[in-house]
Amino acid sequence: MAIKTLPLSGTFAAFCLLFSTILSSAAQAAPTESELESVGERYLELASAAFSASLDEALLMQRAVEAYLLSPSETTLQNAKDSWTTARKPYAEIEAFRFGNVIIDNWEPQLNAWPLDEGFIDYVDHSMYFYELGNPVGQANLIANTSLSFGPQTLDLTELDSELLASLNELGGTEANVATGWHAIEFLLWGQDLNGTGPGAGNRPISDFAIDAADCTNGNCDRRRAYLKSVTELLIEDLEWVITQWDANSADSYSNEFAALNSKEQLRRILFGAGSLSLGELAGERMKVALYANSPEDEHDCFSDNTHFTLLHDQIGISNVLMGQTNFAGNLSSGMSVVELLEVHDPALASQLTAALNNTTQVISLIVDSAQSGVAFDQLIFPGNAEGAAMIQDAIDALVVQTRAIEASAIALGLTSLAANTEGHF
Amino acid sequence: MRFRYPYIAILVAASATAPVFADPSLPGGATTTQFQDANAFSQPASNLDLEARMNFSIGNSFFRNPWIAAPATATARDGLGPLFNTNSCQGCHIKDGRGHPPLPGQAQAVSTLIRLSIPETVSTPRAASDGVVAEPTYGDQLQDFSVAGVEPEARIQWDYEYSNFEMWNGSVVELRKPIIELTHLAYGPMHPDLMISPRVAPAMIGLGLLEAIPSEDILANADPEDANQDGISGRPNTVWDGIDRELVLGRFGWKASKPTVEQQSAAAFFGDVGITSTLSPSESCMPAQTSCVEAPDGGYPEISDELLGLVSFYSRHLAVPARPDAAEPDVVAGEQIFTEVGCAGCHKPNWQTGLVDSPALSNQTIYPYTDLLLHDMGEGLADNRPDFDATGQEWRTPPLWGLGSYQVVNGHTQFLHDGRARNALEAILWHDGEAAAAKNEVAQLSEDKLNSLLLFLDSL
Repeated sequence: MAIKTLPLSGTFAAFCLLFSTILSSAAQAAPTESELESVGERYLELASAAFSASLDEALLMQRAVEAYLLSPSETTLQNAKDSWTTARKPYAEIEAFRFGNVIIDNWEPQLNAWPLDEGFIDYVDHSMYFYELGNPVGQANLIANTSLSFGPQTLDLTELDSELLASLNELGGTEANVATGWHAIEFLLWGQDLNGTGPGAGNRPISDFAIDAADCTNGNCDRRRAYLKSVTELLIEDLEWVITQWDANSADSYSNEFAALNSKEQLRRILFGAGSLSLGELAGERMKVALYANSPEDEHDCFSDNTHFTLLHDQIGISNVLMGQTNFAGNLSSGMSVVELLEVHDPALASQLTAALNNTTQVISLIVDSAQSGVAFDQLIFPGNAEGAAMIQDAIDALVVQTRAIEASAIALGLTSLAANTEGHF
Repeated sequence: MRFRYPYIAILVAASATAPVFADPSLPGGATTTQFQDANAFSQPASNLDLEARMNFSIGNSFFRNPWIAAPATATARDGLGPLFNTNSCQGCHIKDGRGHPPLPGQAQAVSTLIRLSIPETVSTPRAASDGVVAEPTYGDQLQDFSVAGVEPEARIQWDYEYSNFEMWNGSVVELRKPIIELTHLAYGPMHPDLMISPRVAPAMIGLGLLEAIPSEDILANADPEDANQDGISGRPNTVWDGIDRELVLGRFGWKASKPTVEQQSAAAFFGDVGITSTLSPSESCMPAQTSCVEAPDGGYPEISDELLGLVSFYSRHLAVPARPDAAEPDVVAGEQIFTEVGCAGCHKPNWQTGLVDSPALSNQTIYPYTDLLLHDMGEGLADNRPDFDATGQEWRTPPLWGLGSYQVVNGHTQFLHDGRARNALEAILWHDGEAAAAKNEVAQLSEDKLNSLLLFLDSL
């Protein structure tokens, strides 16, 4: 934070001292520097645990994907899909760390970019595929082609290794050209969801990954196999890298950079991240847009119809960050949580925030219940499904209430604004 | 005629807005983003609160994702075309930045379009609400894409002719100019007096701030008769406001032919994507284009007022990137040259925004480097296609903010209305007419000074 120092005359300085004493005694609510720092400590411990949990599940997914590639069968495919769905949950929980920390926000697209033009990666049913016309490679089909020309460039696609795939993201400047990450893996496991807003997810045949070329459907099974292997490896590499950034024992890690920040800036990043995921991303991009557009293309995990779990675990991630707890890593020991700090300084607001977090989790759980009883998110947004629309609108409303409580907490804990400091002093 | 603020209603909470401060390294004031990477043009205004960011996100989605042909079973995103240039805003405003001229072999131009019209005469009069007289068969814009069952209007053959510009020291800068031919005309010949104007999609940053500059301040800076005899006669364009149904100051588009971001957005949805709205209620089919007229539509309006409002909100709140090098001595020296040679006469560095309905955009000191006025730029750049009060040689001064970010955001630096300039120097050397004196000064600069000037431009 920029602190402007002014030369003070003796009298004026004395007045200021007196004034600040009066202020602090009148408003005992202001948290101390060490209290704020302890909130940052808890956050860093939680980050390290949460990102590690995501890697653990992702490694199990990689094992299941490799088993599928080794011996493609309905069983190994189902195991791979189940492991993807399971691994999505702890990943969704770390999204609460994204918006407040630029390093995470910059790291994230290679893992979780969405929506994607799937014709960039593989064959598609063109009657159900609408890509951006300004996208020169929206039908590139990386799996079917060993080279790719657009404009003056020709790219060599012979080896579909993780380095090549990473370099192809946003090719030609179009964000929908997503070659890597969770949704690329999801598309390769499930395939296009051709059911629109009707029941059912994507249903890619196992013969798309046939070992023997004679059994291969839709061509290029060897390259599709290589693609799935590489793209899964890259996801693991990326998670391993980011875990080093949350390692307090590594001198040049982001964790240490964060710990060295002014404590108010730490708190701002924590709350801004939770609030942005809550409102702009979950309530806005992932729910309100889908409601407005009634379009399964606007569903986050659209190939697998897993959107409900991702929404729920995004919310659980927000709750974890503010409560300073997890459901997977036992009790965290360091510092204190945002809610615990509020309990000291503004108990009423602490209760209000806790209630808002719990209520939102509860309301989003109803969307999960619906999906598990056969009516998935893409059916809830079908035009005319008033009950489905109301269920999603309830979740949006709960997220709005929750975000207002997060903003109120920021003010109660001494922040003037959640927005990034535009003076560049982070 | 009277001019007015774009938004005048919700102006009560004056005392609640942040104090004004001026910092050239923050060209968008408190809205400025610190992002400097490929996403530098895609950030929300930094001072937006979380609830406003939700609206920004929703607008972003409808700006980014493709529209599809009607009828589609279950989506509000249908209604594309029947004739169109692209299927999403992002298709032209690539990464919220600039489009580019067609690449060799590119079948459709996508992020570049061609405007069409014929001269205004007694027998072909111009309506007060229109800037031009549309070409009678094809309308006022060529659409080279279409839905199934409808013929695209034409193909665009895009070549260049090259010339050399000699600097004072004898060094030569090669310039190129597009030579455009329209082929495969699907609906018969064009009018013999056809006028065309190629337009590359401009960047989206800072539009709400430009909209928030009080009209009277822009007008106070105009000098239509060149009363101060500096050779520069900034003229306002006076254009139709389709909401208030009156003539007002134009600000947006290459000839400042639209008064507000929302009306510019509605016009682009209509002309470029074929999406109707309450502001542009009928499909962009001319009567002779029967297959277009008869094609299914996506229900009226194809974009609701609410969604158009959200896309406009998004468009108004895209942040301008910071200038971390603004205070570097070489950059400061370059800006001094920029001022001395006369560039700042039209590329007016700074403005103060007024109090508008968006608190984030209000009372900001901004550095867009434009006067938002029309200037005669000479024959070389002329499209010879008038639009409202803009003559065939006049263009609106484009803002220069973000100039140094195009390479990282869009991977190129093709400037001017048709992308003919391949870098900032070529763009400068195309200046003529009112800007001839400044251009000639630049051509006389020593190598050091020229580099310093270009360094300054790259710092924007």
